Amino acid sequence: MIEVKNLVKKYGSRIALNQINFSATKGEVLGFLGPNGAGKSTTMNILTGYLSSTSGTVKIANLDIIEEPLQAKSKIGYLPEIPPLYLDMTVKAYLKFIFELKKVKLPKNQHINEIIEKVKISQVSDRIIKNLSKGYKQRVGIAQALLGDPPILILDEPTVGLDPKQIIEIRDLISNLKERRTVILSSHILTEVQAICDRILVINKGRIVADDTTENLSAGMERNHILYAIVEGAKEKIISAIKSIAGVLNVFVTKEKEPGVFEYKIESDKELDIRRQLFKTLSSQDLPLLGLKIDSLSLEEIFLKLTEGSDVPDEMQKNKKEIKNEGDENS
Amino acid sequence: MNAIFKREMGSYFFSPIGYAVLALFYLASGYFFTASSLTADSSSLTGTFNALFTIVAFVIPIITMRLFSEDKKQKTDQALLTAPVRLSSIVLGKYLAALTLFFFCISITLVYALIISAFTSPDWAAVSGNFIGIFLLGSALIAIGMFLSALTESQMVAAISNVAIGIFTIVMDSIISKISVKFLADILKNLSFTGHYQSFPLGMIKLEDIIFFLSVCGVFIFLTTRVFEKKRWS
Repeated sequence: MIEVKNLVKKYGSRIALNQINFSATKGEVLGFLGPNGAGKSTTMNILTGYLSSTSGTVKIANLDIIEEPLQAKSKIGYLPEIPPLYLDMTVKAYLKFIFELKKVKLPKNQHINEIIEKVKISQVSDRIIKNLSKGYKQRVGIAQALLGDPPILILDEPTVGLDPKQIIEIRDLISNLKERRTVILSSHILTEVQAICDRILVINKGRIVADDTTENLSAGMERNHILYAIVEGAKEKIISAIKSIAGVLNVFVTKEKEPGVFEYKIESDKELDIRRQLFKTLSSQDLPLLGLKIDSLSLEEIFLKLTEGSDVPDEMQKNKKEIKNEGDENS
Repeated sequence: MNAIFKREMGSYFFSPIGYAVLALFYLASGYFFTASSLTADSSSLTGTFNALFTIVAFVIPIITMRLFSEDKKQKTDQALLTAPVRLSSIVLGKYLAALTLFFFCISITLVYALIISAFTSPDWAAVSGNFIGIFLLGSALIAIGMFLSALTESQMVAAISNVAIGIFTIVMDSIISKISVKFLADILKNLSFTGHYQSFPLGMIKLEDIIFFLSVCGVFIFLTTRVFEKKRWS
């Protein structure tokens, strides 16, 4: 549905996007993750034809956004970072305007009412947008993106500024939308991306530093030679039992979980998965294994690793603060 | 284009701007009509129209100042520019909305002509010449105003620069008369709004004057679309 190749965007001498490549298929929810000013909004503005790239191509459903802008744009519903609302209009009048602007071919009143129901703004539909709360404005913004039932939805920080209840509602809404569509959303909140997206693109300083599923992202960075096991029984017996397993390098007691139940930190050879052997060994000695967990990095840690990692050139590191500030204004 | 035209017309009359513009224009033109025609026992409307030239220069900035600057400020231009609509349709939709409001303004002069016709037959050639002239002048100034509004996020900056250009068009002839370089003066004379306007009140509709004002419209409508094209690429 979306194919982006070698996208570069320069503002004067400042490189905002550097060789962005990715694609997204139907039914996929893609998350753009990155710190403020990383280039998320710029990428989205190029995908939707609001900005042009310095070089590289964007294809929306096989239509080039520069060469066939009208057809390509008709496939996209876009919620920019600041919802593009005409504050002097009522919600309904505004949605009617956007409906006509997008030249939607569906039955007008029925379609608008369906969307009003879907994003739950029926109780404010006759009010002037200026007087709505931020949460409702955001929903009206989502409603205008949904008008015309576009196969691609691009949502720039859809939950920013909402209260927790609204965030959950919007997330559910997006999850419901994904069936027949390709959804791209951006966020700098990790849990949000983790909750909604099938795939994550981590963008930092104008470059994609990771492009993978949430699980694989964690897996790729696991320190998989550390296990935490919760076992009931005498400490010495357990430690010697665990140490008898081939590949185990070290065992420590970390804390007492319950009376007589301790948590053990087991360091093992990186290449070996000792979990099965551990279970067999402990059960053969009648030592109940109550819990086992692989010490994987949380997405927060992955994110920090990726965005602060050594793969970023030094001069860019130096410019980081400046880029951040500028990005806040531009994006 | 239809959607944008309808929204712009709506927004003139959702807000007080449309009413304020009409009231201001009707009040000012009414005063000049009373002073130069009714109380002067004259059947000619030319005095009224001459005064309108100045009023138009002040009213048009109010009509055009928010056309694009407000969109840029509220970021609604993102909705317009990412919709499957040509840039030229967006610009023309807005332009025609402003032009329509201006047409409502100057239509009052036809009422004045009817008032005069109740007493005596007005010089219809002069009236229609005046009307066409003021309409063309307005079309050109609206195109300039729209262009200025596309350049800035601030309505005030758009309005003030547009007023400045309006004043400049009024005083241009007296500036030209001070220029001693003949070659330069000739060029400026051909660009003078008042110069191209002066035949209309006499009831003379010259093709060159019509082409002049329409060219100004065309150039500034085109430049407005370029402002947005440039923004995309830079």
